[in-house]
Amino acid sequence: MRKIMTGNEAIARGAWEAGCRVAAAYPGTPSSEILENIALYAEIDSEWSVNEKVAVEVASGASMAGARALAAMKHVGLNVAADPFFTMSYVGASGGLVIVTADDPGLFSSQNEQDNRWYALHAKTPMMEPSDSQECLDYVRDAFEISERFDVPVLFRVTTRICHSKSAAEPGERVDVPVKPYERDPAKRVMTPAAAKARRYLLEEREKKLREFSNGCPYNRIEWGASRKAGVITSGIGYQHAREAFKDAGFSYLKLGFTYPLPDELIREFAAGVEKVYVVEENEPYIESFVKSLGIACEGRSLFPAVDELNAGIVRSAVLGCKPEPGPTSGVTPPPRPPVLCPGCSHRGVFYALSKEKDIVVSSDIGCYTLGVAPPLSVTDSVICMGASVSAGIGYQKAFASAATDGPGRKQPKVFSVIGDSTFFHSGITGLIDAVVNKSESALIILDNRTTAMTGHQENPGTGFTIKGEATARIDLRDLCVACGVKQGNVRSVDSYDIGAVAKAVADARASREFFVIIASRPCALIRDVARARADLYCEADKEKCVGCKACLKAGCPALAPDGGKITIDRVACNGCMICAMICPVGAISRVGDFYE
Amino acid sequence: MSDGKNQDRAGNILLVGVGGQGTILASKVLSEGLVRAGADVKMSEIHGMSQRGGSVSTHVKFGPAVYSPIIDEGEADTLVSFEKAEAARWLSYLRPGGMLVVNDYEIRPLSVLTGMAKYPDDVIARLREAVPGVIAFDAGAVASRLGNAKAQNIVLLGALVRCMGLGYIDWEAVLKDTVPPKSYELNVRAFEAGRAWGTGSPQAG
Repeated sequence: MRKIMTGNEAIARGAWEAGCRVAAAYPGTPSSEILENIALYAEIDSEWSVNEKVAVEVASGASMAGARALAAMKHVGLNVAADPFFTMSYVGASGGLVIVTADDPGLFSSQNEQDNRWYALHAKTPMMEPSDSQECLDYVRDAFEISERFDVPVLFRVTTRICHSKSAAEPGERVDVPVKPYERDPAKRVMTPAAAKARRYLLEEREKKLREFSNGCPYNRIEWGASRKAGVITSGIGYQHAREAFKDAGFSYLKLGFTYPLPDELIREFAAGVEKVYVVEENEPYIESFVKSLGIACEGRSLFPAVDELNAGIVRSAVLGCKPEPGPTSGVTPPPRPPVLCPGCSHRGVFYALSKEKDIVVSSDIGCYTLGVAPPLSVTDSVICMGASVSAGIGYQKAFASAATDGPGRKQPKVFSVIGDSTFFHSGITGLIDAVVNKSESALIILDNRTTAMTGHQENPGTGFTIKGEATARIDLRDLCVACGVKQGNVRSVDSYDIGAVAKAVADARASREFFVIIASRPCALIRDVARARADLYCEADKEKCVGCKACLKAGCPALAPDGGKITIDRVACNGCMICAMICPVGAISRVGDFYE
Repeated sequence: MSDGKNQDRAGNILLVGVGGQGTILASKVLSEGLVRAGADVKMSEIHGMSQRGGSVSTHVKFGPAVYSPIIDEGEADTLVSFEKAEAARWLSYLRPGGMLVVNDYEIRPLSVLTGMAKYPDDVIARLREAVPGVIAFDAGAVASRLGNAKAQNIVLLGALVRCMGLGYIDWEAVLKDTVPPKSYELNVRAFEAGRAWGTGSPQAG
């Protein structure tokens, strides 16, 4: 029976139906629900890996051992995993190996808008691009077979609107594919320069076979329309937008689902059958460049914007020149409503303490706490990618020290790197070791909220549970820092809600001439058990005592509001964290209610 | 109950609000009902950074065959806004002659709380001028009277169902399978109250 499901649910279902045995991922929007759904199937050994490189390597090992395996990640995760990904194209796949990359056109939840289709071209791996949930299910199921048939990992490329859109799909049965008997094959799998060079030649042979397959496979098809005046070459969500945009125009389509290698013969045949060719694709002119390389004239980037996601309206107006009749306008200007740190957020106290420091630079990282940049906290100086806070902090401090030699009067700000627990495990540890051995005078604050919050509360090495909810080893952050060479006295553990203790730790870190680590711990307020325990707690401002100084508003809590010169606190939103109460200079705020056992 | 005629129906519904207001559950119930009526349905929503108190939107499209999951500007048949200023933010998505259901409820964002922006005045009155026949009421207050303000999302769903003429779907059965069992009774009452809003039925009070 057809069911309405997200692309991510359909990918999980397709992997299960294909007999996938091992799956690994690091959470990242929009990909996170792929592994969350795969983990529901008992037959698939699933894990949250420490990072995407580890995930691809775990899946690669499983594939070399003969099992069908999958790794999933967001687009920037493939940058982290690029090293094993490129060389696995040489090693190939024994058990089918599928690498899912979830790109984010429109940057809904990402630090860049990179188009990972180029990775397939670069690594010479076949690529599939589904355009709805049914295709997610069907294609991923077939991807394992294609991987085995051509002895190569398959890059499975989806985007936010594929991952997080629901559409109908028909689930099927699971085919139990046995793990192939293990055969040792060093010439194929030990990538010494000599062995890799031998494999390098095979890549070129494989590419020819894959292109032949691309020309005849069912994933690439021509849909002739009533009119041959215009033909659209498209893939992924672009296909859906184009079909919607031109539904009354009778255009013809070359719908591509297998997009590396691109089908040269099929493209020629299609282009010869229409008067004009359009290429509808988001972001990079990936298909368009290839079509043009065949000597075929087409319109793509000349009509459609490179930046942001497409929609049917953009596609329609660019080609047909017609715009929908404008909708109503009210003249009301809505206030900006960007995402903010939640009431009770454990990061707030740390950013509040940092906001009181002068001459500091804050090198931050990827997670909810990226929002430390937002007013009124406004402390963050830079955010690049997962783990960069620690290593960039080292560089900042080096440059400021060097600037001091340029003459008197040059300030030497103290650098604070700020990173969440999951991100620290992901790729902050290497930076920490670098800071220790290279004698960095910067400081590190680990925001330990005991979860991977931004992506929807996944387990991480500090939580003590696996993706299947089984108890496991919990990595102690303090022990880890000390084991990496940070002096015992230079590691300070504080409660994130205790802004006095946080401020003292920040002052001590500032004074230290050695690398200093503050571990600020407090579980995320949205973790179910935490939210339940604090459901009846809230703070109240005494209207008699409140002097209306608004000092408490400097912490940027959305539960607090000025009301006729005094402060009121939304008791439903508030979780009684008491940070505002600690800030209040006249003791007007107090907590009401009890912890729920 | 669905028949051939209902299966041919098509529509674009945009649900908007503030992260945490329950737009996603309302959209899930809506999509499930439309699927059961035999429609092709696509629903698209955004997760992650866009939550955390930010502006959120869910697109639901249905018809005999739906391609793009996104509703473009000027194409929504009904806009359901869970917060009143958000209705203004998304109003250009409504098609001319489209319908607006708006929760008469104000959530002031941090930009307003810290004095960097101003929450607009007379939002509902100005929406009424822009869109004839706006359905505006405090769904949270309706849900509170029934037992829990959180059921406001299902109250608004009820109002939407009347607006879009989707009464041919057995919504009680859909709710039974989509909301937690312990809140089923409340949600059925919330749904009926929303559906009856403005019709003079005592359920609306």
